[in-house]
Amino acid sequence: MSTSTSSSVTFSGATRIYPGSDRPAVDALDLHIEAGEFLVLVGPSGCGKSTSLRMLAGLEEVDAGQILIGDRDVTHLRPKDRDIAMVFQNYALYPHMTVAENMGFALKIAGVDKATVRKQVEEAAAILDLADYLDRKPKALSGGQRQRVAMGRAIVRQPSVFCMDEPLSNLDAKLRVSTRTQIASLQRRLGTTTVYVTHDQVEAMTMGDRVAVLKDGLLQQVDTPLGLYEKPANAFVAGFIGSPAMNLGTFSVVDGHARIGDGLVPLPRSTVEAVGAAGQVQVGFRPEALLPASEGDPGSFAVQALVVEELGSDAFLYGDLVGDDLRADHVVVRLPPRGVPQKGETVWFTVEPGGLHAFDVETGAALPTH
Amino acid sequence: MADPTLAQDAGAHTRAATPRPRRTRSPLASVALHGTLGLAVLVALFPIVWVVLSSLKPGYAIQSSEITLFVEPSFDNYVHVLTETSFPRWFLNSAVVAAFTMVIGITMSASAGYAMSRFNFPGRRGLMWVFLVTQMFPVAILIVPIYTIMANLGLIDTKLSLIIAYCTVAVPFCAWMMRGYFDTIPKELDEAAALDGLGPFATFYRVVLPLARPGLAVTAFYTFLTAWGEVAYAIAFIQTDENLTLGAGLQQFVPRFNPQWDSLTAGAVLITVPAALVFFFAQKHLVAGLTAGGTKG
Ligand SMILES: Nc1ncnc2c1ncn2[C@@H]1O[C@H](COP(=O)(O)OP(=O)(O)O)[C@@H](O)[C@H]1O
Ligand SMILES: [Mg+2]
Repeated sequence: MSTSTSSSVTFSGATRIYPGSDRPAVDALDLHIEAGEFLVLVGPSGCGKSTSLRMLAGLEEVDAGQILIGDRDVTHLRPKDRDIAMVFQNYALYPHMTVAENMGFALKIAGVDKATVRKQVEEAAAILDLADYLDRKPKALSGGQRQRVAMGRAIVRQPSVFCMDEPLSNLDAKLRVSTRTQIASLQRRLGTTTVYVTHDQVEAMTMGDRVAVLKDGLLQQVDTPLGLYEKPANAFVAGFIGSPAMNLGTFSVVDGHARIGDGLVPLPRSTVEAVGAAGQVQVGFRPEALLPASEGDPGSFAVQALVVEELGSDAFLYGDLVGDDLRADHVVVRLPPRGVPQKGETVWFTVEPGGLHAFDVETGAALPTH
Repeated sequence: MADPTLAQDAGAHTRAATPRPRRTRSPLASVALHGTLGLAVLVALFPIVWVVLSSLKPGYAIQSSEITLFVEPSFDNYVHVLTETSFPRWFLNSAVVAAFTMVIGITMSASAGYAMSRFNFPGRRGLMWVFLVTQMFPVAILIVPIYTIMANLGLIDTKLSLIIAYCTVAVPFCAWMMRGYFDTIPKELDEAAALDGLGPFATFYRVVLPLARPGLAVTAFYTFLTAWGEVAYAIAFIQTDENLTLGAGLQQFVPRFNPQWDSLTAGAVLITVPAALVFFFAQKHLVAGLTAGGTKG
């Protein structure tokens, strides 16, 4: 397959307010995506991911701000003049055309001669394992095959940007995992700038070069998957990224310590200073950041085990904090698979060094922890 | 989307619950069922068969009080109607009027329906209401104002006046119907086409219309029928024999006290032929599931 010229993408204050709504669906989005980068837009349902993507594709008006592809301002260009291909959540294959016609349609419209179209379609079909299905209509294909035709329709065109809106959400769990890998490796191979939308943070973490987290139309943070995981910019990102989710709770600050259940967990000085007179702090620690301890160890707190899930490679303990300051949901702890505590047992843990995250109680913004 | 395995499961369940397989029916139930169906078919077919039979009889036998199936059967009535009356002329006029009504009607209702289904333009709701409201007025009320309009336009006694009048009857209804049909075609297909490089018209023509074939077939049939046998406007607008259409022309076979049943029945049979042909071609396109497989979820 000949190389496509991929371009960078820039959202600059891009805003979309749907008619009849006073709250923007996407609010002043600023985001720069490098040429060839795989960027994942992730967030809970209704946060404006699809709207952002559709603004880039030209399917949705931009009420304020600009969108650039490379150096070109495409804010008010028609979709067909943007050199973008899109993979829809429901695939949107043309039901009256064969697989080959579906994949070659854009080239045919562009006036490419028949032989070249056929050649490119066959190349793409070979990559996607669709060679045997070229003469079928979409209705004679399985869900996974339809998904691949939708991918094929996008790559045949060699556009400068791919837009994908939850392309895996209609596949069953197992196929989703294998297709995830295929799409990611295909993208690396083609080197085409890709904006990929998903509500699934596992997909986001495994596929993206960088991940942008959206909530209520507002961009929360953009970083590499590991960057988001280790340095979440706020409590929302901290709770959204990672599975099982980070343990988050609001606790009072006593004497430079957070009072977690019965225990007093020491806070770094910078955190205590940032908390100041508020007297409360939102503390987060990941399930794997807890170390088993004994009663009375400094900085330890007690958890009463409610459920213990043994997965073979890991075990997860779900429990309640012991003590009066119960302002966290269940606490989740990842444990080594051998010698797990019994249900009902009380276990002590400390937070491993550097494993503690602190967030402002009001704004949720991350507070310094060193 | 229907899940075939689910459907099978449900079927198996019913069979397991009822000891008797679905195919066997008690003889009594069978007789009652077929008897009822047969009666319904007879009621529906009788008038048509009777007209066909009558058209083969000489005039005196049609009006005779004696009930007979065949009396000197011949095609004399047809020969008479086709050679010695203006019937062929009316037939041709009707065909021209119906064909234009059909083509213009399909074009207008498909594009109006598509606009109502896909685009948000000022006055969209108003337009949809107007389309509905116009359906509420009977011809008897509309005929005078439309006549006045046609007279002002100098269109009285032209085929064009009929084509326009029939379109005002058929287009609002068909546009609503087409809108409903377009609504079942996923919007993402239009969007995919827009990204693939099609403009709005090409999207409509190359992606949406081929999927709306059943809707178009019904529209074609409906617009054709609206024009083909219409009487009221035809009598009001057409004045010269040479411009008459069938509905109006056949009235000439019914002089005040002496209906010419022989010509009338032969004409009636001839009139149904094109309508049957159009229906035959339309029903071939009435297939379900054209959009199947395009989308999932
Ligand atoms: N066509 C529309 N008209 C009005 N509101 C819409 C429309 N599409 C989406 N919205 C609203 O905009 C917000 C963002 O939607 P969307 O971008 O589809 O979210 P998601 O992140 O789930 O893809 C939601 O609150 C949704 O209800
Ligand atoms: Mg969405």
